[in-house]
Amino acid sequence: MVKVDGSGGQSSLIQVRDLDKTYRRGGEVIDVLQGLNLDVEAGEFVAFMGPSGSGKSTLLNLLGGLDVPTRGRITVAGDEITHMSSGRLTEWRARHVGFIFQMYNLIPVLTAFQNVELPLLLTKLSKAERRSHVETALGVVGLTDRMHHFPRQLSGGQEQRVTIARAIVSDPTFLLCDEPTGDLDRKSADDVMTIIEELVGRHHKTVLMVTHDPVVAARASSILHLDKGVLVEGKHASQLTGAGGVA
Amino acid sequence: MKFARIILANLLRKKIRLFLTLGSFAVALFLFVFLAVVRDAFTRGADVAGADRLWVINRTSIINPIPLSYRDKIARIPGVKCITHDNWFGGIYQDEKNFFPQFVIDPENQRQVFPELIVPDDQWNAFVKDRQGVIAGARTAERFGWKIGDRIPLKSTIYGGGAWEFNLVGIYHGKRPQDDETQLWFQWDYYEERMVQAYKGNVGWYVLRVEKPDDSVRVAKAIDEEFANSANETKTETESAFAANWVKQLGNIQFLIVSIGTIVFFTLLLVTGNTMAISVRERTSELAVFKAIGFSDRAVLFFVLAESLAIALIGGVIGLLSALLLIPVLAKALSGLLPNLILSPTMLASGLLVALLVGLASGLLPGLGAMHMRVVNALRRV
Ligand SMILES: Nc1ncnc2c1ncn2[C@@H]1O[C@H](COP(=O)(O)OP(=O)(O)OP(=O)(O)O)[C@@H](O)[C@H]1O
Ligand SMILES: [Mg+2]
Repeated sequence: MVKVDGSGGQSSLIQVRDLDKTYRRGGEVIDVLQGLNLDVEAGEFVAFMGPSGSGKSTLLNLLGGLDVPTRGRITVAGDEITHMSSGRLTEWRARHVGFIFQMYNLIPVLTAFQNVELPLLLTKLSKAERRSHVETALGVVGLTDRMHHFPRQLSGGQEQRVTIARAIVSDPTFLLCDEPTGDLDRKSADDVMTIIEELVGRHHKTVLMVTHDPVVAARASSILHLDKGVLVEGKHASQLTGAGGVA
Repeated sequence: MKFARIILANLLRKKIRLFLTLGSFAVALFLFVFLAVVRDAFTRGADVAGADRLWVINRTSIINPIPLSYRDKIARIPGVKCITHDNWFGGIYQDEKNFFPQFVIDPENQRQVFPELIVPDDQWNAFVKDRQGVIAGARTAERFGWKIGDRIPLKSTIYGGGAWEFNLVGIYHGKRPQDDETQLWFQWDYYEERMVQAYKGNVGWYVLRVEKPDDSVRVAKAIDEEFANSANETKTETESAFAANWVKQLGNIQFLIVSIGTIVFFTLLLVTGNTMAISVRERTSELAVFKAIGFSDRAVLFFVLAESLAIALIGGVIGLLSALLLIPVLAKALSGLLPNLILSPTMLASGLLVALLVGLASGLLPGLGAMHMRVVNALRRV
């Protein structure tokens, strides 16, 4: 179970304690996260919601080791990432995190195949092994036939599916998705969510996702709201959709 | 290499831009090498000088003559191996713009003093036998299409005009590519015979070789002391000092060439630096994605540098290849106007080095920027 009160045990895959994140812009101090706690167990699918500017992306970036907190600590699978050097953090990201951002995920001058292959270039896998991994990942998202297309030759939904393939190709510990469907129409968003659900259900992946869309959030196993710098457990998805959505 | 495909894809991203940048490199490198070749042609004298040769001129100036009677006195000075003398003959061949140097030479020791200028024995013998014989340098003969047996008329300018007729009996070649092959030589006896009485018995300068190059300074001093306080005092210099003085007079040309070369270098640096900066800035978010995936900061720097070095290398090689093809053509077209233009491997190598330096420098700042760029900020900016 997901916990936001700091009561989770050692069994949690992700453990966040007393997390603060403060930005300074000129003389102005913005306290975005204030004493945030979070425990996520392996195989869970968590959706983060909250108004614009509440710190959802900030939290995701901290969890993914793209940024460092002002205070507090984050432990993933026993590794405390909050005190790693930036070089070690980079290596850690390559091994443990799959990222899916809202847009600008793919390198436009590389084909779908080459984009998915990128994380594997950092491993010792042979060319043949890389090829079979890439084909498997593209198979999971149903795009084997678009392997040699460039991003501009794909629809927005297909681009996001390629991004998912790239995020899972090196079999990371967990996936971080920042508004993965933010740029997509309902149908494409559905397709993408079906794939993410399958990753959780069939491949037992752990997924943390930010979304504005209650329909999308409803596909997660738990929903958390970011409010005044801390997380609070949300009402269940079905109730939210009924209420007409948030933000 | 696994990353080659990424670098190649980045290179080919904007074809027109790539083409223009390669073009800038090619043109700049061509210009660079051409300037180096011209500069080298002007300054070569000092480097190719015979280490054991001394030049004796009139202390007043090189255009004042020295008596022929000095020859035997100089030859007797210990350390002098052999001596010859020359006069300048400013003749015009057909038209004033057909300039080439003409020397009145003393056949007796010419070949001992200038062993690097080679004349086949049979041609040399024909020359010695024929009072009106001339030997021409290979470049001048080629320039005017002369063949052995041709009659060559020259109009004298410094001796009150008058037509001089010569027979081309020989052609000399330089041993080394840098040797001057533009001169024309004819015999002292023929010249002396036609001189008016007042001018007889005067040579333009002496050239001699010493037994040991280490001895040059002492011999030069001995010669000048011998004629001190005479009507015609002498000034004796080693050939390299003589050539260096000549180069010094070309100082302004050298300065001009070096300045243009420097401007070319910095213009290229600015153009390519700007291009690299723009092209890196445009893909800040892509580079951020690379970093998010787990590519290190150094890998990102490497991508940028590899790209700018590849452009420098390809553009540079195109420029150097065109120099290799075109400079011989230009050298031929400019034959007679400029000293022989020689493109040496050293110049090609330094051209390539310059290209790579510019490539490195132009990629370095944007590369370091990309290296230090933070993923969160880069993704926020878009
Ligand atoms: N690098 C930064 N410097 C200064 N302020 C920042 C920086 N990054 C984020 N912020 C501020 O922190 C707050 C949270 O930003 P964040 O991007 O996490 O919000 P969000 O919940 O993801 O919003 P959205 O739903 O619009 O994506 C905002 O007020 C934002 O302006
Ligand atoms: Mg956000």
